[in-house]
Amino acid sequence: MLTVLIAVPLLGAVLTLLAGRVGIDARSVAIGFAVGTLGLGVAVAALYDYGDAGMQLTQSVEWIGVLGAHYAVGVDGLALVMVMLTVVLVPVVLVAEWHTGEIQHVPGQGEPDGAAPRAAEKGRSASFFAWVLGLEAAALAVFLATDVFLFYVVFEATLIPAYFLVGGFGGAGRAKAATKFLVYQLAGGLVMLASVVGLYVVSAESGPPSYLIGDLAALDIGVEAGRWLFLGFFVAFAVKAPLFPLHTWLADTTAAATPGTSVLLICILDKIGTYGMIRFCLGIFPEASVWATPVVVTLALVSIVYGALLAIGQDDLLRLVGLTSLSHFGFIVLGIFVLTEQGHTGAILYMVNHGVATAALFLVAGFAIRRSGTASIRAMGGMEKTAPVLAGLFLVAGMATLGLPGLAPFVSEFLVMVAAFDYAWYVGAVAVTGIVLAAIYVLWAYQRTMTGPAKGELVRTGDLDRREIGVMVPLVVALVGFGFFPSVLTDVIEPVTGTVIDHVVDGGGEPDDGPVVPAADVQADTQAEGGQR
Amino acid sequence: MTLSSSTLLTSAAEGGHHSVPVVEAMSPDGVFSLLWLVIALPLAGAVVLLVGGRLTDRWGHWLGTATVTGSFVLSVVMFVQLLGRDDAERQIGQHLWDWFAVGDFQVGMDLLYDPLSALFLLLITGVSALIHLYSVGYMEHDPRRRRFFGYLNLFVAAMLMLVLAADYVGVFLGWEGVGLASYLLIGFWQHKPSAAAAAKKAFVINRVGDIGMSLAIMLMFVTFGTTAFAGVSAAAGDATESTMTAIGLLLLLGACGKSAQVPLQAWLLDAMEGPTPVSALIHAATMVTAGVYLVTRSNFVFENAPVAQTAVVVVACVTLLWGAVIGCAKDDIKKVLAGSTMSQIGYMMLAAGLGPAGYAFAIFHLVTHGFFKANMFLGAGSVMHGTGDDVNMRHYGALRKAMPVTFLTFAMGYLAIIGFPGFSGFWSKDKIIEAAVAENYLVGAAALLGAGVTAFYMTRLMLMTFFTKERWEPEVHPHESPKVMTVPLVVLAALSVLGGVLLLGDWVTTWLTPVVGEVEHHELPVPVIVLTGIVVVVVALGVGLAVLLVGRREVPREAPQDVSFVTRAARSDLYGDAINDGLVVRPGGVLVRGLVATDARGVDGVVEGGAGLVGALSSVLRRTQNGYVRTYALSVLGGAVILVLAMVAVTW
Repeated sequence: MLTVLIAVPLLGAVLTLLAGRVGIDARSVAIGFAVGTLGLGVAVAALYDYGDAGMQLTQSVEWIGVLGAHYAVGVDGLALVMVMLTVVLVPVVLVAEWHTGEIQHVPGQGEPDGAAPRAAEKGRSASFFAWVLGLEAAALAVFLATDVFLFYVVFEATLIPAYFLVGGFGGAGRAKAATKFLVYQLAGGLVMLASVVGLYVVSAESGPPSYLIGDLAALDIGVEAGRWLFLGFFVAFAVKAPLFPLHTWLADTTAAATPGTSVLLICILDKIGTYGMIRFCLGIFPEASVWATPVVVTLALVSIVYGALLAIGQDDLLRLVGLTSLSHFGFIVLGIFVLTEQGHTGAILYMVNHGVATAALFLVAGFAIRRSGTASIRAMGGMEKTAPVLAGLFLVAGMATLGLPGLAPFVSEFLVMVAAFDYAWYVGAVAVTGIVLAAIYVLWAYQRTMTGPAKGELVRTGDLDRREIGVMVPLVVALVGFGFFPSVLTDVIEPVTGTVIDHVVDGGGEPDDGPVVPAADVQADTQAEGGQR
Repeated sequence: MTLSSSTLLTSAAEGGHHSVPVVEAMSPDGVFSLLWLVIALPLAGAVVLLVGGRLTDRWGHWLGTATVTGSFVLSVVMFVQLLGRDDAERQIGQHLWDWFAVGDFQVGMDLLYDPLSALFLLLITGVSALIHLYSVGYMEHDPRRRRFFGYLNLFVAAMLMLVLAADYVGVFLGWEGVGLASYLLIGFWQHKPSAAAAAKKAFVINRVGDIGMSLAIMLMFVTFGTTAFAGVSAAAGDATESTMTAIGLLLLLGACGKSAQVPLQAWLLDAMEGPTPVSALIHAATMVTAGVYLVTRSNFVFENAPVAQTAVVVVACVTLLWGAVIGCAKDDIKKVLAGSTMSQIGYMMLAAGLGPAGYAFAIFHLVTHGFFKANMFLGAGSVMHGTGDDVNMRHYGALRKAMPVTFLTFAMGYLAIIGFPGFSGFWSKDKIIEAAVAENYLVGAAALLGAGVTAFYMTRLMLMTFFTKERWEPEVHPHESPKVMTVPLVVLAALSVLGGVLLLGDWVTTWLTPVVGEVEHHELPVPVIVLTGIVVVVVALGVGLAVLLVGRREVPREAPQDVSFVTRAARSDLYGDAINDGLVVRPGGVLVRGLVATDARGVDGVVEGGAGLVGALSSVLRRTQNGYVRTYALSVLGGAVILVLAMVAVTW
C-alpha cells in the first residue's frame, strides 16, 4: 500500500514527461496523478488504526544484506500527518502554478494575455509538473522510510527534483540560488552520511548489522559515540529545517524560486529536518538529545527572534515569507527539544499548520506578484482596491502566520510556548516575543502592499480568478477547521509523542520535569547566545 | 509535568481577609442551553456577509443588524431568567466541545453565563444593535457598507466570546478576535495611509499587551495545571503570593493594551481613523473596557496579589489624568472623546484595582459609560455627517440650531459624563471617587482632579460645537441626520440619563456579589454627602473655567501656535508617540537593518565562505561553473566510496 503511494507519483512524473513529448496535455496527466496520490493518501488514512501508536502497514524487504539495509516502509501518526500534508499540498501547488513554464517569469514584463504557449514552452511546462511529482514521490518515501539507509538515499534523492525546480523555473538569480541550495543541502547530507556509516559500525559490532530504525533504537550506542552520531544527523536536519546559523540558503532560494516551488521546499521538504530530529535524533540517540538540549533550545530561540527581525527588514515579499519560516522552524525545534509531550505534540502539529499557513502565504504572495510584476514591497501598494479578494486572503494567511487564535497555527504555537514556559520560564518569555514580531512583519507587509494609494503599473489587473480562489479554498478551510478542531490532528499525533518522549526519558535518564538545565549549562547557554549575536 | 507545582502551591494565603467566590457553574437548562447562539448569530452574520460577497450587498446591512438584535433579545430573555434565580444558581456553564487536549493541557470550548457576563451581554448586544442601526444611515453612501457590517458582526461575536468564555484561553480567543475586528475597522478606509498605519499600530501595541496575557496563561497552567476559571479560582488561594503577583501583573499588561492604559495607550487616539460608529462601539463602549472586565473577572487572582492591585491603581490614576489632559488640548472632536475614553476607563480600572470595594462600581461605571460615550460618539458622527465630515471643532459653532436632536441628545451624554447630579455618570463616578478617597487620599485626589478636568474639556467641546459663533465655511450646510441615526441617539440619551437606576437599592453591587464577593465598606473621613458636595463643586469649577476661557472669547478657526509648553505637550498626546519612537521604533529599525546587513555579509559569509566542510565544499563546487549534476553525482559516489570503505574496514 505504502509502496504504491510512493510509486504512483513517480510513475506520474515519468508519464507527464512522456505526455509532453507526444503532445498529450501534460498538465492534465500530472493533475490526474496528483489527485490519485491524494486518493491513496486518504485510503492510507482510512486503513490506519488510530488506536495503535506503532508503525503500521509495514513492508520490509532486505535490500543490501551485507549492510543490513532494507527497503522498509511504515506509517505512524507522525508519518501520517506529514504524508497527508504532502498529498494535499502537491495538487494545490500544481493548480496554483498552472502557467509556470509557459512564460518566463521576468519582472517588469507583462504576460501577453491569450498568447498560445509555444511547443518548447509546453515541454518546459511538462518538465515542471514532472519534477513536482518526482519531488512528491521522494518526499513521501522520506516520511515513510523506516530504515536509516533507505531514508538517507531518498533524503538525498529529494535534492534532484528540488534543484531542477529552483534552477529551472524561478526568477532572476535562480541558478545561483539553486547552487547555493544544493551546496548547503549536500554538505548537510555528507555530514549525515558520516553518521549513517557510523551507525553501521555500531550496529555491526553488536551482531548482524541492521539499519532498521527499530533495531537501532534498541541499540546501546554508548555516550561518546552516540553524541557524535547525533551531531551528524542533527546538523543535516538543522540545515534542512533550517535553524540559525545554517539558514542563509533559505531566503535566497525562496526569492528565486516560484512560489509553488517554495511551498514544496519550505512546507514539505524542510519538514524532513524537524521530522528527522524526532524520528532519528530523539529516536536513536535519546541520551545525546537530552545532552544537546540547552544548545538546541538556545539556537531555536535565536532562530525565532532573528528570523522574525530579518523578515521585518525585507523588501522582497518572497524573501520575507521565507524568513518567517526561519522563525517558525525555531518554534518547531523548540517544541521538539523541550522534550515534553505538549511540546512534541505542539511541534508536530506546528509542522502541519505551518505547512498550510505558509503555503497559503506563499501562493497569495505569488498571486500578488503576478499582478504587480515585482516582488519588491516598496514598489507595491494599494492592491486592496483593485483586488479585494486577494487582499482578504493575504490577510487570512497573514493572520494565520502571526498566530491569531481561531486559526490553526495558534494552537500549535501556544502549545509549544506553554511547553517552553514549562521547561524554563525565561525560555517561554523569549519565545513569546515572537508573537509581537510576527504581528509587525505580517501587518507591515500588508500595509505596504495592499493598503494606501495604488502604486506602480500593474502588469495584470483584476482580482483573483476562479482557479486562484479554488487553490486557496482548501487551505483556508484547513486553517479555520484545525483552528477550532485541532483534536482531529492531535488525536493522531499524541500516541506517537507519548512513545517518543517515554523513549527519550528512559534513554536519556534525565526526567524532563521543570527546568532541567543545570547551572553550568545555563552559563554555556548564555555564552553561546552572546557569541552568536 | 506541571513545574514544581508543589513548591508553588505552598499554602500561603492562609486566613485570607475575605472569601473570594469560586467559579462553579451548573449545567445549562431551558433558555440557557441557547447560550452558544448568542455568539453564533453574529458570527454567522459575519461569515455570510464576508464570504457571500456582492450577492449580499443589497440586504447585508439589515442582516447584520438582525443577527445582533437577535442576540440582544436572547440576552434579555436569559437575563430575566437569571433574575428569577437564587444567587447560588446564577452561574451557568455550557461545554461546547474540547478545543484542545494535549497531555495535561485541556482547554474546552466552554462558556460561562453569570451575573457579570449577563450585564456585559446586555451592554454589548444592546449598544451594538443601536450602532448597527445607526450605521445603516451613516454608511449609506459607502460602496463597501456590506463589508463594514460583516466586520461589525465579527467584532460582536468576538466580544461576546471574550466575556462568555469560561477559560482564559477562550478569553484570549475573543481577545484576539476583537483585536482583529478592531484592526479591520480602524483601517476600514484603508486607501488612506493614515488609517492603515493606525490599524497596524493598534494591533501591534495590543500584541505587546498580549505578551502579558499569554505569559499569564502559561504561568497559570504551570502553577495550577488548568486555565479554566473554575480551576484557577478554586486553587488561587493556595499559590504563593509572588506567583499570584506575577500573574496579576502580566494580566494587567494585557489589560493595558486592550484598554489603552499607560504605557500602552498610544494607539487609541490614532484609532479614531475608523468610521465613527466603530469609535462608538469598539473604542468607547465595549472593546476598550475588556481590560476592566479581565481584572474584575480575575478578582480571585488580584485578591491574592496586593502588589498587582496597587499596580492597577497606579496605572489607572496615571491614565485617568493622562487622558483628561490630552482631552483638553485637542481640536478634533473625536480625539477629545478618545482622550476622555482613556480617562474614563482609568476610573474603571481604578475601581477594579480597589478590590471588592470597587469591582461592582467599576462595572457600574463601565455600563453607564457605555451608554453616554456611545451616545456622544454617535452624536459626534451625526455632527460630522451634517458638516461634510469635518472633525475640527474650530470649524463648528452654534450647531444647536441646525441639529437640535443631535444637540439635545449630546447634551444628555455631556451632563452624564461630567457627573451632573442625577445623571447616570454622577452616580457611577461618585461611587468610584468615594471608594478611592476611602482607600488613599492621594488616589482620591487624583480621581477628584480628574473629575474637574473632565468637566473642563467636555464643556469646551460643548461650547465649541454647539454654542459660540458659527465658524463653518460658507459651502457647508449643517443639517440634522436621518431618523435611522437619530433614533439610536435618543435611546442612548435616555439611557445616559437613567443609567443610574442600576444603583437603586444597591442593586448592582448585590447582583455582582456572587462573582466578586461582598462589598467592603470603608469608613470615609467625611460624611458621604459632604464628599459628594465637594465633587460637585470641583465639577462646577471645571465648567466655569471652560465658560470663561472658551465661551466668553472668540474661538479662532486656526489653532493658535504660541501656546504654553503644557498645551503643546497635550496636543502631541503627552509625547506618547515620541517616547515609543525613541525607545522602540527607531532603535528597532536600526537593529533590523543591522541584522539584515550582517546576515547577508556576516552569517552567510561565515557559513558560505568560511572554514569547515560547508565552505570547502562550496568553493569546490563554485569552481565547476557547469555540470552541477555531475558534481552531485561525484559527491554521491564519493559518499558511497566512503561507505564501502568503512564497511570493509569494520567487517575485515
